[in-house]
Formats: sequence, structure tokens, C-alpha cells
Amino acid sequence: MNQANPLRDPRDRRLPRIAGPSGMVLFGVTGDLSRKKIMPAIYDLANRGLLPPGFSLTGFARRDWADQDFAQIVHDSVKAHARTEFREEVWRQLAEGFRFVPGDFDDDAAFDQLRRTIEELDQARGTGGNHAFYLAIPPGFFGNVVGQLKEHGLSTPRDGSWRRVVVEKPFGHDLESARELNQTLGEVFPAGSVFRIDHYLGKETVQNILALRFANEMFEPIWNNTYVDHVQITMAEDVGIGGRAGYYDGIGAARDVIQNHLLQLMCLVAMEEPVSFDADNVRIEKEKVLQSVQLPNRLDLTTARGQYAEGWAGGEKVGGFLDEEGIKKSSTTETYAAVTLNVATRRWAGVPFYLRTGKRLGRRVTEVALVFKRAPHLPFAAAAVEELTQNALVIRVQPDEGVTLRFGSKVPGTQMEIRDVNMDFVYGGSFTESSPEAYERLILDVLLGDPPLFPRHEEVELSWKILDPILAHWAKQDANGKGKPEPYPSGTWGPASADAMLARDGRTWRRP
Amino acid sequence: MIELIDTNASQIAAEFTRARSRAGSPAMGMVMTLIIVVDESDAEDAMRAARAASHEHPARVLGVILGDGRGAAQINAQVGTGSGWSGETALIRLRGEVVKHAESVVLPLLLPDSPVAIWWPNHPPEDPAADPLGRLAQRRITDAASAVRGKTQAIRLQCEVYTPGNTDLAWTRITPWRALLAAVLDQRPVKVTGASVTAERISPSADLLAAWLADRLRIKVERKSSRGPGITEVVLHTNEGDARISRPDGKLAMFSVPDKPDRPVALKRRALPELLAEELRRLDEDEVYAETAKRLRKMEAGKQ
Repeated sequence: MNQANPLRDPRDRRLPRIAGPSGMVLFGVTGDLSRKKIMPAIYDLANRGLLPPGFSLTGFARRDWADQDFAQIVHDSVKAHARTEFREEVWRQLAEGFRFVPGDFDDDAAFDQLRRTIEELDQARGTGGNHAFYLAIPPGFFGNVVGQLKEHGLSTPRDGSWRRVVVEKPFGHDLESARELNQTLGEVFPAGSVFRIDHYLGKETVQNILALRFANEMFEPIWNNTYVDHVQITMAEDVGIGGRAGYYDGIGAARDVIQNHLLQLMCLVAMEEPVSFDADNVRIEKEKVLQSVQLPNRLDLTTARGQYAEGWAGGEKVGGFLDEEGIKKSSTTETYAAVTLNVATRRWAGVPFYLRTGKRLGRRVTEVALVFKRAPHLPFAAAAVEELTQNALVIRVQPDEGVTLRFGSKVPGTQMEIRDVNMDFVYGGSFTESSPEAYERLILDVLLGDPPLFPRHEEVELSWKILDPILAHWAKQDANGKGKPEPYPSGTWGPASADAMLARDGRTWRRP
Repeated sequence: MIELIDTNASQIAAEFTRARSRAGSPAMGMVMTLIIVVDESDAEDAMRAARAASHEHPARVLGVILGDGRGAAQINAQVGTGSGWSGETALIRLRGEVVKHAESVVLPLLLPDSPVAIWWPNHPPEDPAADPLGRLAQRRITDAASAVRGKTQAIRLQCEVYTPGNTDLAWTRITPWRALLAAVLDQRPVKVTGASVTAERISPSADLLAAWLADRLRIKVERKSSRGPGITEVVLHTNEGDARISRPDGKLAMFSVPDKPDRPVALKRRALPELLAEELRRLDEDEVYAETAKRLRKMEAGKQ
């Protein structure tokens, strides 16, 4: 039925896809996420000419605001945080489409007004009944909000239009709560209309990793247990929990980062070649990796956790986790977590994947390092290769996204001495000054209806299946007093137990 | 910037290597060589645009200024890295006999095994692909709108000598228009029965846009004149009414389609660095431009 657009041509790669008529409703307008990420991303999209004419943004919050107050909030946030320059004409394109609906999440009158607002937008701005609901609110309220959306007929699209919902991590705090959350969303929105964003992992990064692995001939032959000794996946933050005690206490590093971000990175590095790069096929391969993950038998020897203590981080004196406002002195929430995972496949058997994340570590960095075995025979004198360690291929995710190759090279001079050298490639320098932010890609995907590369609920549940036994093990240690998070000075690379964990396997952590 | 007086290609190449080790980072992630053939008077602007574009496409940029062809041959060069450049740059001034053999200076300076693009900010050769310097490149960028006189003639000429790899910034300029027009038909797959493009009387971009619409939609496209700036209005006549995008001020356009409210949409005329960056994003043949150029040629022939 749908005839091809004669103005489009697959060979015409200059033409970007512009989203069709649509609008977005933003819950949680006053939060950091909305002001620092979502609103600037919407402006940046408009500035790049990718938003449809008439795009409308409706804010919903418990504030006594008029439309123009909301517009002012967006204006300030765009001025402060947008990636691209501020242009008056772009602002004017957006500004006419701002609406604000004041109310509580259980306020029927407010949702009635929201429905009328959306209908008014369809008339006045031509949004065509297409609306995305962005839940930038704590997951505890999801049930309330989607229930209200359903009750007020906001979740069901008319024929030929769409309604979609966007949620942020955390996707639950264990398998059971994740299932509940999925059920809550699933009762109202079909799976294809739920967009989960892992804001640490941009689509650009996912595609970069897939291109590196599957567009090249030289990496794939060594991408297996014959050559790879082990894999280290690190996400380090240099900041503490800031003012997020309420969110962080009881969640901790493993739930906050390993469950989604690090396991996703692991999937991309460990997965087999998908049949094609559409979202479904990539997802199938990622799920296979998650399904083949096996935990070691002795979790006490193969996991580590810690809490940052006071110390000097980057030249500033900072307090410890237990001194943070809102954190109990007895808290056993970890701010550092390291785990060992085995991927039971022919490709990866015997290659441990070490995943670690923490706050207040040495510097802010996310990377995946494939550390290779030493050459089976070195035809050099022992003294010549003293400084040679193992070859490594490092996928740097942030900052300065790129690839580093570490290999041995002769030290210039007459003696035969070999030491490690690094060869760097930077995506940022080579292709785009600033890759579109994860949020821009996601919001555009939502509006275009592109199946997201972001996790679906199957992946979320599989991830929790991996993490739950580790969390249970730690909880048991807490309960019987046999262990607790080990303090590590702020600004260092984590607790001694994490180093001991690798030392047992005869390995060491990279200093990223 | 290091000044090399009375120099040659190998000394310039050696200076590139020295400059890199001076900068402390001998490795470079450059993806292409960009040759800019330019006048002394426009060199500064062109190099500035290339610098901005080099953030997206780190390149070895070779500015070539062809001077007076009489007298003894002399090559002077300014070589540099860093200071706002993601890549390397040399501004090479040729005088005397060597002006006729500029390719002999440029060839040894091309980055090994990576693409070459060439850009004439003004005064393009009549047939870029046959030009000695143009032959070195797989992407040849001209700018019909930069012609001081005879812009219309300039784009017609470029269309006539079209060779795969040629492209003109007049075509690059209309990408946002084309994207919006394609979006109109994405939203509603209606039959377009006619169209009009209104712009300054002399506008290579408008001519190309009209040719593109005519070619893709198989319709007659009316070309109307206005006082600008640039393209001011495009109308698609459909059986459900007119779809119209009008941009009187060169910045903010009004988007109107049948049965829908009018909506503003930002549609800014883009500056040179953005155009150049778009042009360097893909270095293979632009088939759609090829077809549009062919159509424009036919339309012009039909007029006469």
C-alpha cells in the first residue's frame, strides 16, 4: 500500500530522515535529567533540522506554572547545556509548541487536561495524534503514570498514529522487580512501543563497536580464546554520589552500572556476528551471550566490593561515602563493584570477563580491554623483554571515544630491548567533532519509530539473572557479618580486595 | 607556521614530519588530503573554512595559490600543524613556469593510500576532471555561486562536464530544502502534479532544486524570481492542495500543508565550513547529483 516516496532514493545519503508529525510529553520536568539532557537534546535535534515542523513539548509536573514559565525553564536549560549554538530562529520554531500541565500523578483532572492539551496540539500544531511519553521520574511512579495514561485514553493511538513510552534505567533492582516493572509497562504499551534508554551507552558507541568487529578482517581471527587471555570492562567515575543519596543508598554500583551498562558492553564484545544489523538480530545475539554467562563457584573469591573513604581526589579533599548526607553510618551499599564472569561458548571458554565499576576512582573513564596472551615463544633474551607485557586492544568508550592498540616495539638504540607502545585512534578526531549525544539518537529513534538498539525486557531480565546471585551473596555476607564493602581512599583505583581478586588468577587490572 | 622560501615538495614533506614530532605526537589520524586551489585574495577565507571542516574530517590541507606564470619558477610554502587544525596544512605559492606543473608539487604530498578531495572556492577549471590537479582527486568540488559573473552559465557548464566525483556547493546548499520536501511526501504520499521554485533571479541552487524536483517527480517545475535572499519559496501542487515552504528572511521558514496548521521551521542558509564538511562526508559518486545535473542540462537545452 505504502508507495515509495519519489523524493527519497537510497543512494541519496545526504538526505537525513526527519521525524514525522509528533509531540512529546515530559514527566519530571524539574529533574536533572530533563534539564541537562532531554531538553538540550530536543533543541539540538531541532537545530540539526531533524525535528518535524510543529513538534510540541508538553511538561507535566506538580508546579503552579503557565506555558511560558515552562518555556523559560526549557530556554535556560538549552542555553546552559545544549551542544550546538543557540539560534533564535530554531528557538522560535520550538517555542510555539511548549505546553505545561500542572498536577500530581494521581490527579484525574490533570490527566484530563493533558488529554485536552494533546488534542489541542493535534489541531493547532498538526502533531497528528503521535505522542511519546518520556517518564523522567523515579520508577516507583511508573505504575501510577502509565495507569493514568491508560485510564484517560492517552495510551491508545487512533488508527494511523502512535503512542510510545520512554523509560530510563534503573529497570528494577532485581529480577522480580524488573518483571513487575515490565508487566506494569506491558499492560499498557506493547513491547515495541517501550523504549528503554541506557544513557551511558549511545547508539553511536554500539555501532562503532559493531563496525570495528564486523567490518574488519584483521580483528575477528584473534577475537577468541586462542589469543585472548582475558577481558576487562571498566566504568570509572571520578565523582561521588553527589546529592543522590536517596537514589543510591540500597542500589549500589552493581545495580546502577553493571546490570545494564557493563553487561551491554560485554554482550557487544562477546557476541557472534548477527544475521543482519537490524535491532532484532542484534538483540538475539546479545541475549545468547547473556544466556551463556556462568558465574564462578566461589563468589567470595571472584567478586569484590568497596566504599570510597575520605581522601584526596584530583587535588581536592573529599569525604567518604559514609559521611555523605543521607547515608547511614551502617550502610553496606557498595560504591565499587568488581565481578568475574565466564561466557560458556566455544569462542570464550576459559577467558574470564572482569567487570568493574566505581565512584571516586582515579579518573572518569569507560573502556573495554581485550588483553592477549603472551607470545608462546619469545626468541629474545629474558632481559630484552622485561618491559614487554601483554598485547592489548582497548575500545575506549569515553571520554575521547576510540581504539588503542598496545604492542611491543624495540627501544631505539643499539641494545635489543622491547617495551610496550600504544597506538591510538580517536573517533572524535577522525569523523565528527562531537558525535550526536545518546539522547538525541534515542529521541529521534522514538519519534521515527526505529526499533531501538537499547535493551528490551528480555535482556533486562537475563541481566538480573546474572547479577541476582552475586547480590544475594553480598547480602548474605552482610547478614552473617562475614564481609562488608571494603573502604578505599577516594581518588584511587578501588579496594585491595579487587586487586587480590585478579591476583588469584595471576593477573592485574589495567590502569585505564 | 614555518615559512619555506624557494622550496620543493620533498622539503615541504620533511617539514610536515618535523612539525609533527615538534608537536609531540608523531601519529596522526588523518583521513584524507584536501587540495584547495585558490586566489591570493580568497586564500585566507578558504583556509579558514577548511580549518573548521577539518574538525570533522582531519585532513592534510594543501592550499595551492597559482601566481603569475611568467618568469623563473619559485615555490614558497607555509607549513604548520595544530593551532586549531586537526591535521596538517601547507599553503603553497607557485610562481613562474611551475604554475603549469602544480600537480608535480602536490603529488608527492598526498597522504598515502587515502582519498583526495579538491576544492576550487572560485575560478574552477572548465572541466575539473580533466584538470591536472583535478585528476589527482576523486572528489572535485566547485562552487558555481562564487562566479562573479555568469553564475547560471557556471552551473550549466559544470553540469555539462559532469564526471563521477564532481560536485558543486550549489547542490550542497539545498540539502536542507530537499530534506524538508522529502519529509512532506513522507508524511503524505500524494501525487504531485506540479511545482514551483522561487528564488533570486540568478541562483544555481534554485536551478538545481527545480531540476531535482522535475527529475524525481516527473513534473514540470516553474522557476520564479524574487528578491531573495537565496531560495524564498517552494510549492508542490498536489491533488489535495498546495504544500508550501516559504522562507523570506533566509532563516525561518513557514511550513504549510493542506488541512494542517502553518508551522515555523528553522531553515538557515549554511556557512561555507558546514557545506564543505557535508561535501567531505562521502567521497564516492553522488548519483542523485549526476541525475539532477543531467536533467538540468536537458531543461536548459529545452529552453533554447
